[in-house]
Amino acid sequence: MGVAAIEVSGLVKTYRLGDVTVEALKGVDLSIDAGEFLAVMGPSGSGKSTLMNILGCLDRPTSGKYLLDGRDVGGLSRDGRAILRRSRLGFVFQGFNLLPRLSARENVELPMIYDGTPAQDRRARAIAALSAVGLADRAHHLPSQLSGGQQQRVAIARAMVNTPAMILADEPTGNLDSATSEEIMGIFQRLNDERGITMVLVTHEPDIALFSKRVVRFLDGRIVEDRPVPDRRRPVPREAGG
Amino acid sequence: MNLYSAGKVAFRSLRANKMRSALTMLGMIIGVAAVIIMVAIGEGANRRISAQIASVGSNLLLVLPGSTTSGGLRSGFGSAPTLTMADARAVGKELSSVRAASPAMRSSGPVVYGNQNWSTILQGAAPEYLDMRDWKVTSGRNFTAQEMDAASKVCLLGQTVSDYLFGTEDPVGKIVRIKRSPFTVVGILDRKGQSPQGQDQDDVVILPITTLQKKLAGSAHAGVVGVIMVQAVDADRIKEAERQVTALLRQRHRIGPGQDDDFSVRNLSEMLALAESATRIMSLLLGGIASVSLVVGGIGIMNIMLVSVTERTREIGIRMAVGARERDILSQFLIEAVLLALTGGAFGILFGAGGAVLTSRFAGWTTVISPAAVFLAFGFSAAVGVFFGYYPARKASRMDPIEALRYE
Repeated sequence: MGVAAIEVSGLVKTYRLGDVTVEALKGVDLSIDAGEFLAVMGPSGSGKSTLMNILGCLDRPTSGKYLLDGRDVGGLSRDGRAILRRSRLGFVFQGFNLLPRLSARENVELPMIYDGTPAQDRRARAIAALSAVGLADRAHHLPSQLSGGQQQRVAIARAMVNTPAMILADEPTGNLDSATSEEIMGIFQRLNDERGITMVLVTHEPDIALFSKRVVRFLDGRIVEDRPVPDRRRPVPREAGG
Repeated sequence: MNLYSAGKVAFRSLRANKMRSALTMLGMIIGVAAVIIMVAIGEGANRRISAQIASVGSNLLLVLPGSTTSGGLRSGFGSAPTLTMADARAVGKELSSVRAASPAMRSSGPVVYGNQNWSTILQGAAPEYLDMRDWKVTSGRNFTAQEMDAASKVCLLGQTVSDYLFGTEDPVGKIVRIKRSPFTVVGILDRKGQSPQGQDQDDVVILPITTLQKKLAGSAHAGVVGVIMVQAVDADRIKEAERQVTALLRQRHRIGPGQDDDFSVRNLSEMLALAESATRIMSLLLGGIASVSLVVGGIGIMNIMLVSVTERTREIGIRMAVGARERDILSQFLIEAVLLALTGGAFGILFGAGGAVLTSRFAGWTTVISPAAVFLAFGFSAAVGVFFGYYPARKASRMDPIEALRYE
């Protein structure tokens, strides 16, 4: 594409907590190219989650500009942002956030329910997405019947099923052991490499950030560091013959 | 999100909380059942009154002879103190608003056939009488004007009299003795049932009034009648008929301005219409009281939907994150509330109909389950679902996705 997928300038977000005004973001400028794999780091309260929420169109900035694929999305209505979320964005959360009463397949179908995809297509695409994360045989299981790593893979399948331009992952490995974390990061890298989906990852684990191509560090609502990852980590290949 | 998927989602979440959904529905079930039963009882009462009104005949006026005939001060010089056959004929012929008039007179006495006898009411009337009262002849015929003029000894038997005297035998053409005179039975009257006053209207023998006057009553002044029954041309002209009859009779009786009538005109239909409107008010009242419980059921739905929305805050957050619009969330919860209300309403209709059947079986009341009431109850429960489901659904749809996702 050439153009920056995301262009953020002068982003400010303030919250009112009673009488106190908290500045979560104090003027953030950031551009993320299409196909990039960005890790956002920083201590809690540094504003990285706030940035994620704004990038994910779950929240609006108090001031500043946010261009997604050249389009200003700061002024979109709630519904406008909802439509954008389901067509262009995917989310992966620390707590998986699957609906407990729906099977893996139905959870993956969820974004397509809201854009009116016919049931037949929905099913086929959900199964395809589940196969892409290696869970085709678990399609009919409920989240409670799956391990943490499997649940997160279902969540990834849900995030990618509408072929989004960007996946936002907020501490996706926070609840997982290191081997499973590595597996999950491997899936993200694959989606990024093979499908060109832009990845934005929030993490506070430095070794997880090493899976990305570029690391941005936040402190007190500002970007204090922005550097590429020179020696990118790859998941250790599983032992052959397994 | 289309309606089908939305309905499926709603159905699943209701099924996930079976006990809670069932209890919430119970409120609606009781409300709708109460409305159905009450309306059925009210309708039943209405129908009974209407049937009685129909049995009396429609648009009828009754002219009664004056009750103030004793005083010497009355100046009805040259006029008859009571109603006459001539009055009845005049009323029937001369007035534009009157369709027909019949003199009538009552007596009583034993009717004998073979070795059976039965004391009954002897109703003298003109041939028009049956038509005015909307009374059919099931076999045989009515008596004719000629038979009335000739004071023929013919009679029609009511079903009760016919049953007692003849049993299964066909009375038409047979001779009965009324007060020792032989009468030919020319016809049998259709069954009329009870009068609004509770009398058996079929326990009667109808004969020409002239015959009654001359042969049976032995009345001193022939030509005097008991009452005159008047039928107006239609319901709108009853009042007019009442005025015209009054004016005509005053003129015929030579009653000057300022003097009291020596007769009185009563509007039968009006009295019955009054009774009808009383039962209608009663059934409205019953329905009204019952719908209060429907509203209570609706509040139950609202309550449980609010709990459900709070409980499922996280679910709402997830749905919003994956792209549900406000109206997707709104319709999801609204459909859930309507589904609760409609399912409750459907069961309520079933139980209400069952209750109405039991009421009429054990309490002996007439109950009528009208399709209109069923549709209304169903529509009303949907409306209750929408009305009481809207606020919780709106609350859900207005949630902040970030807050909702963070909710534990």
